[in-house]
Amino acid sequence: MSQMNMIQAINSALDVLMEKDPTVIILGQDVGYFGGVFRCTDGLQKKYGEHRVIDAPIAEGGIIGSAIGIGVNGLRPVAEIQFADYIYPGLDQIISELARLRYRSGGEYFSPVTIRAPCGGGIRGGQTHSQSPEALFTHLCGIKTVMPSTPYDAKGLLISAIESNDPVVFFEPKRIYNGPFDGDPNKPSIPWSKHPAGEVPKGYYSIPLGKANLVQEGTELSIITYGTMVHVAQAAVNQAGISADIIDVRSLVPLDVDTLRASVEKTGRCLIAHEASKFSGFGAELAATVQEECFWHLQAPIVRVAGWETPYPHAFEWDYFPGQDRILAGIREIMESV
Amino acid sequence: MTWKSRLHIPHPSARPGEAPDFSYLSLSEAGAVAQPAVDAPASEIEFLAHELVRVLDDDGIARGPWIPDLTPGQLLEAQRLMLLTRQYDDRMHRMQRQGKITFFMQSLGEEAVSIGQGMALEPDDMLFPAYRNQGLFILRNTSLVDLMCQCLSNTRDMCKGRQMPVMYHNVKGKLFSVSGNLATQYPHAVGWAMASAIKGEDHISAAWVGDGSTAEADFHHALTFAAVYQAPVILNVVNNQWAISTYQGFAGGERRAFAARGLGLGIPGIRVDGNDLLAVYAVTRWAAERARSGGGPTLIEHVTYRGGPHSTSDDPSRYRPKDEWQAFPLGDPVKRLKQHLVNAGHWSEEQHTALIAELKETIITAWKEAITYGTMTDGPSLDISEMFDDVYEELPDYLVRQRQQLIELKGRRS
Repeated sequence: MSQMNMIQAINSALDVLMEKDPTVIILGQDVGYFGGVFRCTDGLQKKYGEHRVIDAPIAEGGIIGSAIGIGVNGLRPVAEIQFADYIYPGLDQIISELARLRYRSGGEYFSPVTIRAPCGGGIRGGQTHSQSPEALFTHLCGIKTVMPSTPYDAKGLLISAIESNDPVVFFEPKRIYNGPFDGDPNKPSIPWSKHPAGEVPKGYYSIPLGKANLVQEGTELSIITYGTMVHVAQAAVNQAGISADIIDVRSLVPLDVDTLRASVEKTGRCLIAHEASKFSGFGAELAATVQEECFWHLQAPIVRVAGWETPYPHAFEWDYFPGQDRILAGIREIMESV
Repeated sequence: MTWKSRLHIPHPSARPGEAPDFSYLSLSEAGAVAQPAVDAPASEIEFLAHELVRVLDDDGIARGPWIPDLTPGQLLEAQRLMLLTRQYDDRMHRMQRQGKITFFMQSLGEEAVSIGQGMALEPDDMLFPAYRNQGLFILRNTSLVDLMCQCLSNTRDMCKGRQMPVMYHNVKGKLFSVSGNLATQYPHAVGWAMASAIKGEDHISAAWVGDGSTAEADFHHALTFAAVYQAPVILNVVNNQWAISTYQGFAGGERRAFAARGLGLGIPGIRVDGNDLLAVYAVTRWAAERARSGGGPTLIEHVTYRGGPHSTSDDPSRYRPKDEWQAFPLGDPVKRLKQHLVNAGHWSEEQHTALIAELKETIITAWKEAITYGTMTDGPSLDISEMFDDVYEELPDYLVRQRQQLIELKGRRS
């Protein structure tokens, strides 16, 4: 075991797999010589060479499009999109090609591309460096969508994502690259070395896609969330002094419905939290799923805590970010319902 | 003060009722364009993007430095494959008109591109076709029955009923899955070629788009990546003058040849007579050799003409002169190769007529077999449970449930 932050854990996942499987290659802007703007590929080009860690032109559609062709030719590409906010020029390649290639070719062609993209706010990134576009991808048939909330999960899930013969979009909440974040920007930041999930095995391990993580167990309420909001929710629950299940979805598609159902059937109350805007956000799918699966167990309406229906504003970042106050308000709303 | 700015709206040279006018096409004499060494620096061979490489002259005589070393036997085989493609297209077009299939796209007038290029490439080279490259599928031994079954979406459809007609693929033949989204295959071909180079193999890839889709971002992404990594790829633009009703001027073809699109990136461009099988073959061999020997990508523009409608859903008489193809200065690729072979004493009109009759029979026989695997009205039918397969490598639980729901629902209905 070793102490790692999420960047180191991602780097370790890539390193372990590149060592194990010579077909794994990395492609993206600034990923090679420089090691990535967030340092996730630091040292890998030096170790594995320029043919396996490839600096790419600034053309996300080209990165994803060529990665598909690379994958069809028997390699296993990991494409880095520098910010999730920049993924849109590659959307047609993801939607029309990557997601549906296996299906449209009767199962005869596929391309095992993993797309990594740092997402989320809290880094003073304004509306072009803070987005959480995961819902767009969960709507596609043929893509898996993953978002870890700890270094331990990031490494294990990324290894599974790269090893999967299905394409995976792997979102990395960049606010928690260096440490867990409880939603209060005024508190001194805490490093991952202070968190149990900052203990990461040095070698190979994997966490299956499609399994949620019950982060903490309780009896009165189920909080379903993912990414940075897992840590905000934990802080809010502590502050509220209630006994709650906190479920880190981790894999949005495929979704671990069994874990959600078991929890909500037990507690009878459900709060869903994510950073992305509420309307048509992934929380809508979670709420609909809980309603379909657990309606007769619900003692209160499901509450969603999410970003406002505006772009992510630079000056009002902490008013936009659904911090502890908003989760606490949501908890009160649920707990006070009869 | 006079306002000098104006918005230029491109106009084709002729509309319905007007005389066809191809004066906008710049042509070179057959045999007039030099053939540079395959390792010539891109900066020294820019003329290839502006001239027009032609081998066959108007009398069907092969001229100049680009005459390929094709034997009469190979030329006769090329002719057979072009004719087979044309007969296949003709039959399937009529089958759509009779309501037997939902949709079809012919490659009428463009057969030399697929056949000439397919012959010039090696069997292990990977091809990323557009939807008018059925000739590549035929050349690479995709059976006519398989092509027809794809168009019928029947039990033998390689796509398992998931794609509209003409979106074929052939894994064994190294033919990628045809997409309905245009030019998306261009960066795939570049990526495939990059992987080939990464693996240290000498297989190259080739991709095709039409003149219209050169406007897509994927076209430009592919060119950039191909240039940056010097990927061993041949990028083809089949300039058949029309993208449905949109003439090539709307893709920016008015002022510069499509072959010149790569020059700014240092990608050699070759503008070739796309209706001249010998020229198409020769430039493709040249580009393939260049790619295989580490010289990187080549962009080839095939100047041709879309002889038929865009698809069975299109009526070109509404936007272009009916006799425009007849006036096209580069003629019909099938007639031109025939003229060459007849002139050279390798072929005759009688043999030609007999071959067409034989190919028609072949196609009728194939169609009769294809419909035994199911039609739009008669069984056998695809198993509906397969609808849920291949979304992912393994069927997830929720799709197992959805499949069950559908099967139960259908059970209740019947």
